[in-house]
Amino acid sequence: MSLAQIGLEAVSVQLGAQAALTGVSLRIEAGERVALVGANGSGKSTLLRTMHGLVSPTQGQVLQAPGVRQAMLFQRPHLLRLSALNNVALGLWLDRARGLRWAAAQTHALQALQRVGLQSVARQNGRQLSGGQQQRLALARAWARQPDVLLLDEPTASLDPHAKREVEALMAEFASSQERPLTLVWASHNLGQVKRLATRVIYLELGQVMADLPVADFFNPAVLAECSPAAHAFVQGELS
Amino acid sequence: MNTFSDSVLAALSLVTSFDPALWVVVTRSLAVSATACLLAYGVGVALGAWLAVSRFRGRGAVLVGLNTLLALPSVVVGLVVYLLLSRTGPLGFLGWMFSFKAMVLAQFILVVPVVTALTRQVVEDVERQHGEQWASLGAGPWVRSLLLAWDERLALLTIGVTAFGRAISEVGAVMIVGGNIDGFTRVMTTAIALETSKGDLPLALGLGMVLLAVVLLLNALVAGLRLWGERRNARPAPVDRALGAPA
Repeated sequence: MSLAQIGLEAVSVQLGAQAALTGVSLRIEAGERVALVGANGSGKSTLLRTMHGLVSPTQGQVLQAPGVRQAMLFQRPHLLRLSALNNVALGLWLDRARGLRWAAAQTHALQALQRVGLQSVARQNGRQLSGGQQQRLALARAWARQPDVLLLDEPTASLDPHAKREVEALMAEFASSQERPLTLVWASHNLGQVKRLATRVIYLELGQVMADLPVADFFNPAVLAECSPAAHAFVQGELS
Repeated sequence: MNTFSDSVLAALSLVTSFDPALWVVVTRSLAVSATACLLAYGVGVALGAWLAVSRFRGRGAVLVGLNTLLALPSVVVGLVVYLLLSRTGPLGFLGWMFSFKAMVLAQFILVVPVVTALTRQVVEDVERQHGEQWASLGAGPWVRSLLLAWDERLALLTIGVTAFGRAISEVGAVMIVGGNIDGFTRVMTTAIALETSKGDLPLALGLGMVLLAVVLLLNALVAGLRLWGERRNARPAPVDRALGAPA
């Protein structure tokens, strides 16, 4: 079996007294768009952080194909009191693997801002941008690092509908880009968004994977009820 | 007129007439506290930012100790520095006793915990909320501590003023290690204590007024800087312009 872009083998994570993940095994292949769904506290964010190396597994291991680069986007991006351009440039400059000088980082940062449609606010303070613009700026910061896999933790949860659509459109563009298609793995409470963007859905409950299905099967009530009554109950509850 | 109003009027006259006896003491006070605070600020911000992001065995005990030092009585600091600098003490060879340097050292020791503890709190709060984002971007603990401390510079400025307020208003330590020598180590607080005991209330009150004015001015300066910083956030920062952000 070939090595997946990201693979988890029987990963368990204990956070204090709480088991955040229990025996999670899965493979993320190149080009997939994987949505992680589940109630609050189900382990979606911990799973993303474990894949990204921010949380160490208590048991099991996380494997990554050689040369695969990851970037992660958070629900509320933290931007420094700098221009939008320099926030992106700083993210690039910190990437030791690329070893860019500041001037080169700025050039790449400008390209990234153009990619997300923020070149007109490049000189504005990042903190003063709207919530949607800040999230697009964070997307630019992540995209500029040329990742193969983009992990996103509820990227549109705190955005208004218009900004939500903009971020979603960018996610879809990044995933289907001809020059550099990204593998997307994101946590979401928005089943409509999952239906629109995902190719595969993983349902988590109390830190365990209860369903891992192609998107068409996940949204087929008969198939889902048969594969995972828990996931079926969750979806019915969310849709009702 | 009663004694109080007489004294206030006489004090105002001393202040406004730029009485040399008063202003020499004021200048020395400012010099001692500013030097001590600048040194303490450099050390305290670096140490506090590092403590905010680092995790090591015994960190909890260090933080408890640090927070305890916030309430360090200035007379105790004075006593310790006195013992260190006295002729038979471990630092006696420096010959700093009853000097400007001794007062700076005492105020430095008094203020370092304030700057360190408050910086640690400010940076740790941001680190707790957003540190993993910067870790995700490749920033190690040291870089993170510097970035977050720099980003919270306005809060750190307030810490600097708090530290200066603590330094310039203390009397116990400088009295013990400076000796309150006229024309040499007399500062505002020690002069106020001495003049009050001598009954020279106008000079004591005048010094008190200047002391209050200095602290008021500093706080006004910080409030102004914060306001300016908030307004400036709406525009590209000069550092960004210098770095050549595009139009």
